[in-house]
Amino acid sequence: MDVLLLSRLQFAVATMFHFLFVPLTLGLSILTAIYETKYVKTGDADYKRAAKFWGKLFLINFALGVVTGITLEFQFGTNWSSYSKYVGDIFGSLLAIEATLAFYMESTFVGLWLFTWDKVKPAVHATFIWIVAISSNLSALWILIANGWMQNPVGYVLRNGRAELDNFITVITNPFGLIEFIHTVSGAYILAGFFVLGVSAWHLLRKNETQFFTKSFKVAATFTLIFALVEVFNGHIHGSEVAKVQPAKLAAMESHWETRKNASMYLFALPDPANEKNAVELLPIPGMLSMLAFHTLDAEVKGLKDFPKQDRPPVELTFWSFRVMVGLGFLFALVGGLAWLKRNDPVSSPALLKLLLLMIPMPYIANEAGWIVAEVGRQPWLVYGMMRTSEGVSTLAVSQVAISLAAFVVFYTALGLVDFYLLAKYARKGPVH
Amino acid sequence: MLETIWFILWGVLWAVYFMLDGFDLGLGALMPALAKNETDRRIVYNSMGPFWDGNEVWLVTAGGATFAAFPTAYAIMFNGLYSALLLLLFALIIRGVCFEFRGKVDNPQWKAFWDVAMAVSSFLPTLLLGVAFANIFKGIPIDQSGIYHGTLFTLLNPYGLAGGVLFVLLFMVHGSLWLAVKSEGELQARAASMAKKLWPALLVVAVLFLLFTFVVTNLFNNYFKYPLMWMLPGVAVASLLLTRVFIQQAAWWKSWFASSATIVFVTLFGVGGLFPNILPSSINKAFSVTAFNSASSQLTLKIMLGVALVIVPIVIGYQTWVYIFLRDKVTEKDLSYEEAY
Repeated sequence: MDVLLLSRLQFAVATMFHFLFVPLTLGLSILTAIYETKYVKTGDADYKRAAKFWGKLFLINFALGVVTGITLEFQFGTNWSSYSKYVGDIFGSLLAIEATLAFYMESTFVGLWLFTWDKVKPAVHATFIWIVAISSNLSALWILIANGWMQNPVGYVLRNGRAELDNFITVITNPFGLIEFIHTVSGAYILAGFFVLGVSAWHLLRKNETQFFTKSFKVAATFTLIFALVEVFNGHIHGSEVAKVQPAKLAAMESHWETRKNASMYLFALPDPANEKNAVELLPIPGMLSMLAFHTLDAEVKGLKDFPKQDRPPVELTFWSFRVMVGLGFLFALVGGLAWLKRNDPVSSPALLKLLLLMIPMPYIANEAGWIVAEVGRQPWLVYGMMRTSEGVSTLAVSQVAISLAAFVVFYTALGLVDFYLLAKYARKGPVH
Repeated sequence: MLETIWFILWGVLWAVYFMLDGFDLGLGALMPALAKNETDRRIVYNSMGPFWDGNEVWLVTAGGATFAAFPTAYAIMFNGLYSALLLLLFALIIRGVCFEFRGKVDNPQWKAFWDVAMAVSSFLPTLLLGVAFANIFKGIPIDQSGIYHGTLFTLLNPYGLAGGVLFVLLFMVHGSLWLAVKSEGELQARAASMAKKLWPALLVVAVLFLLFTFVVTNLFNNYFKYPLMWMLPGVAVASLLLTRVFIQQAAWWKSWFASSATIVFVTLFGVGGLFPNILPSSINKAFSVTAFNSASSQLTLKIMLGVALVIVPIVIGYQTWVYIFLRDKVTEKDLSYEEAY
C-alpha cells in the first residue's frame, strides 16, 4: 500500500461516513421547520411535539455531521496538499465562502433554537429552525459548487504553475455544480422523508400515538413524493450533463465499450473489463443510451475503448453503483407514491407500513452509491481533465497515513454505532407528552 | 497590499477563534476539578451548550481563510503538521459528540465516560494549538519545496511545550471566568478561586514565554522595526493585569472580557511578529512560506476580501446578539428545561 492508495481510502472513509449524516440534516431540518410552522399557524400542539420529537432526532444526527465535516475540510491540506496548492485559489475560496456564509449561521442558530423554546414567541422560534434549515442547504450549495468545479472545471486560467481564478461568476454558475446540488439535496430530502415515514410506520404499526404519527406521516409523504419525482427528472438532466462534459464517466456508468451511433441501453449487463467487453448483455432498448444522453436516437456515444486505458475510470464499481442508485431512485418514486395515496389513513395499510420500515436504509444506500458514481467515475482525475488523483497527494510517510486511516475506521465505527443506537432509542421512545 | 490585509485578517480570525473556543476548551478541561456533582456538571455543559458549536466555526473559517488566501501555506502547514492536526481533529470530534451523547442515556457510567472524554478532548486541542503556534513562531524544518523534515516529536521541543502550557493556562483561566459568569453559589466560588489560583501561574509562564520568545524566535524584530507595534504586547499585558483586578472585584463579566482581550492580543503579538512569514523555515530563512509567496491570485484575494467584509460583520452581529440574549446564569431551574444538556 502506498500513500496515494491509503489517502484515497481515508478520504473515502471520511466522506462516506460524513455523508451518512449530512442528508438527514439537510432534509430533517426542513421537515422539522415545516412541523413547527404548522404549529405556529394552527396552534395544534401535536405539531409542536412533532417539531420537538423530529428535532431531537435531527440534533443527534446533526452533531456527527458537523464534527465529521470539519475533518474533511482539513484533509485537503493534510492528505492532498499538492491538490490544495494547485487549485486553492479557486477551490479554497469556495470552502471559505461556505464556512462564512452558511456554517456560522447553521451552528449559531441551532444552539439558539435548542435553548429558546420557552424564551421567545413561537413564530420567532420557528424562524430559528428555518435559518438552520436554509443555512444547512446553503452549505450544501457551496460544497457542491466546489465539487462541481472538480467535475467540470470552468472559469480558471493556468498561470504561475497553478489554476487561478479567471471568472468568479462562471465558477459559481457552473451548470454541473448547480445540477449536482439539486440532485444531492433531492436525494437528501428523499432520505429524510423515508426516515420520517419509516419511524412513523414503526409507531403506527404498534398503534402508538396514531394521531401524532399520522400527522407526521402526511407531511412527510407529500415531501417525499415531490422530491422523488424531482429526482427522476433531475437525474436524467444530470446524466445528460455527464454525457456532455465527462464522456468517460458516462461510458463507465453504462459499461459502454464501443463507440457507436444509435447506442442501445441494456437492462442487464455484466461488465468484463479485462476483455474490454460485457460478458452478458440482455434486454437491449435500441437507441436508448443515445436518446438519454443526447436526446436524439442517432447521437454517437463514445465507448470506453476510445479512451486511453490510463484515462478510464474503474468500470465495475461505477457501473454497479449507478445501477443501484437508479434502481432505488425509481423505487423511491413508486413507494413515495403509495405512501402519498395513503397519507390520510396510513394505519389502514399495515403492509405499506411494513414496507416503509424496510425503506429506511434504502436512501442511505442510494446516496452513497450516487457519490461513488460521482467520485469513482471521475477517476483517474482529481480535477476532470486537469489534474490526476496521483498528482494531488501529499508528501507523507506510509506509516502516518496507515495509522490515521486505522484510527478513522475504528473511531468512526464506534461513533457511528453509538449514534445509530441513540437515534433508534429516541425514535422508538416517541414524542414527549 | 491585499496580501498584507489578508495576513492581518488571518491573524484576527485565529485570535477570535482562540478567544471564543478558548473558554469552552479551558472549561471542558477543568470540569473534573470544578464540578463536584451531577448538577454542577450539567451546569458546566449547559453554560457552553448554546455557544461551543458557533465558536468552533471560527476554526473552520481560520482554516478556510488559510486555504483561500494562502493555499500554499495551507498545503505545507497541514501536510507538515499531519499527525498533530489529526490528533486535534479526533479530539474535536469526540468533544462535539460529548455534548450530544452524554445526557442521552441515563446511566452514571455512561455519563462518567463522556465526562472524562470531555476533559481529555478539551485539554488536548488546547495543548496542541499552543504547541503548533509556538513552533510556527520559532520556525519549522521545511525545505525549499515545503517538505517537512521532522515528526510529531520534533514539535515537542521546550519552546513548543512552553507555548502549549501557555495556551492551557490562558484557556483555563478564561474558562473558569466563563463559569464564574454563568453560575452561582458554590460552583461559582470554586470557579472564581480556580481563576485566582491559576492567574499567578499564567503570569509567570507568560513572562517566561516572552523571554524565551526573545531568545529563540525572530518575533521581536518587527517590534524593534515598527515601535508602534509594541501596543500589541502592551495591551496583552495590561489586559492580563486587569483580569486579576476584576477578579478581585468579583466583576466576572469584566474579568472575562479582560481575559478575552489577553488571548486576542497575545495571538496578535505572535502573528504581528511573524509577518510577513506564515511558516518560517528553521532550515533556511529563504525557504520560509510568507504571505507573499503563498498567496492566491489578486482576483481571489479581492473577491474574498469583499465576501469577508460583508459577511463577517453580519456573523459577529448575530453571534454577539446570541451571547447577549442568552447571557443569564445557568441555574438549577434551567436544567429541568426539556432540551437542556
